[in-house]
Amino acid sequence: MPVVLEQLGKRFGDGAPVLEDVNATIASGEFVALLGASGCGKSTLLNIMAGLEAPTSGALEVPSDGAAFMFQDAALFPWLTARENIELALKLRGLGKAERRVKADELLELVHLGEAGDKRPHELSGGMRQRVALARALSQDRQLLLMDEPFAALDAITRDLLHDELERIWKETGRTIVFVTHNVREAVRLGQRVLLLSSRPGRVVQEWAVTEDHRTDAGLAGQLTGVITARLREEIRRHAK
Amino acid sequence: MPSNPTPLAEAPMSTSSSTEPETRKVHAALTRTSTGHEDLRELEAGLDSLQSDALRKHRIDWSRVLLPIAALVVLVLAWQFYVSLGFKRRDLVPGPLDVLGQIGVLWGEAKLQEAVWTSLQRGIVGFLISVAIATPVGLLLAQVAPLRRAFGPLISGLQVLPSVAWVPAAIIWFGLTDATVYFVVFMGAIPSIINGLISGVDQIPPQYRRVGTVLGANRLQMAIQIILPAALPGYLSGLKQGWAFSWRSLMAAEIIAVGGTIGFGLGSLLDQGRDLSDMAIVMAAILLILAVGILIELLVFGPIEKRLLRSRGLLAGSTR
Repeated sequence: MPVVLEQLGKRFGDGAPVLEDVNATIASGEFVALLGASGCGKSTLLNIMAGLEAPTSGALEVPSDGAAFMFQDAALFPWLTARENIELALKLRGLGKAERRVKADELLELVHLGEAGDKRPHELSGGMRQRVALARALSQDRQLLLMDEPFAALDAITRDLLHDELERIWKETGRTIVFVTHNVREAVRLGQRVLLLSSRPGRVVQEWAVTEDHRTDAGLAGQLTGVITARLREEIRRHAK
Repeated sequence: MPSNPTPLAEAPMSTSSSTEPETRKVHAALTRTSTGHEDLRELEAGLDSLQSDALRKHRIDWSRVLLPIAALVVLVLAWQFYVSLGFKRRDLVPGPLDVLGQIGVLWGEAKLQEAVWTSLQRGIVGFLISVAIATPVGLLLAQVAPLRRAFGPLISGLQVLPSVAWVPAAIIWFGLTDATVYFVVFMGAIPSIINGLISGVDQIPPQYRRVGTVLGANRLQMAIQIILPAALPGYLSGLKQGWAFSWRSLMAAEIIAVGGTIGFGLGSLLDQGRDLSDMAIVMAAILLILAVGILIELLVFGPIEKRLLRSRGLLAGSTR
């Protein structure tokens, strides 16, 4: 089931609109990178898709079972181990005890953390925590996965690895992913499509397709990154006055 | 950027030649950086072990045991020194040895055991009932905004009101019975446990609630699975304070309300010492009341708190 946003708008109180006339269609199983400078309402748009906030105008069509969500910080519960964090999500989904255990182990194995299940969040590195958070998001078994700058706080080495990891998991699970970022390289590295959001008000101003060639050819990818960066800067310059 | 020849600027020119796999350069963040599933797994395992701290072994730190004992010895020596200077009459200011002797006498009469047992039993029962009442009430107040606005100031106020103030009222209502003692304990402990729980809930990072909502928790699940465990550190300090209030209120009640069917507790012992003008009994009772308080903290709350904080990684760098 696709995600459709039609003339979506959002304003808080009487302030200037944060989002205005946002139009986008995201096909099932697609990986879309949502790119924009700070304050362009990326997170607000994601919250609306997740059902955490309501739009003030327009319409949106999302899968009826809602969306899984991954935050910038892992937001794991510190009183639970990695496995228990995943099991809690499964429990809230209504799964039985034995099934939870099996499923949690499977998910930990999927994010290559089979050995670390009994560790507590503070004993894990930032990258490991984000992988547990990813496993927890996947445990919800919802087609749509929304990611709000999940790798922004990680070091570059870890981030590069997690890009590969996320791509692999996306291919294995066939989820629809909407990935919010302010990093052009990250958007090009991950998205099949990059949507550029303008700032104040946020609106989809341009989009680019990223092909399989861009995944292996650094030159092509670099070129596209340059093009998108130039367009992004043009957007930012508009606010200089 | 044109004035700055970065590899990125060069890249478009080499497009035609870079399609052969052997000239593939690794451009982190732009293309795939691992060569396959197994490679990725290995890289991640390596990074994980580099980034995780090696486990540190916990051993017994003797300074934790020896320093408090040394402090105690210094205080007792200072006390003995002051008494031996002889500024005051010995029956007004007894020395440590006199008090120790008195404790021995009380022990021999089985009075000490009775007093400690009676008080401790009441303190613990009163405290446990307070916990059972205060926990659901506190959770309800913390979660339901109108209730909190209505009753919050009253509960905070009750915490400031010394619970001794309830003793006369309790004596009139319940007479000289155990009910009087328990009532005063409740009025002392319940507000402080409720307040501790509420402030614990207030300090929960808002992100936890958002995660709970995203994971599909309903109101009850949110309260029990997420809010309560997240608020546990604050709740525990509320419990500690609640115990302190129970113990203090109990002593106050026992000192004021003597006789009737009220049993003989540490407060009653203290009051008896005053009646007999026996300073050694008074000092012995005070020290026993203090000792029970310290022991409960050391044997019950201390270990629980330490375990709780350590399991959440909150103990690193503290002076505990």
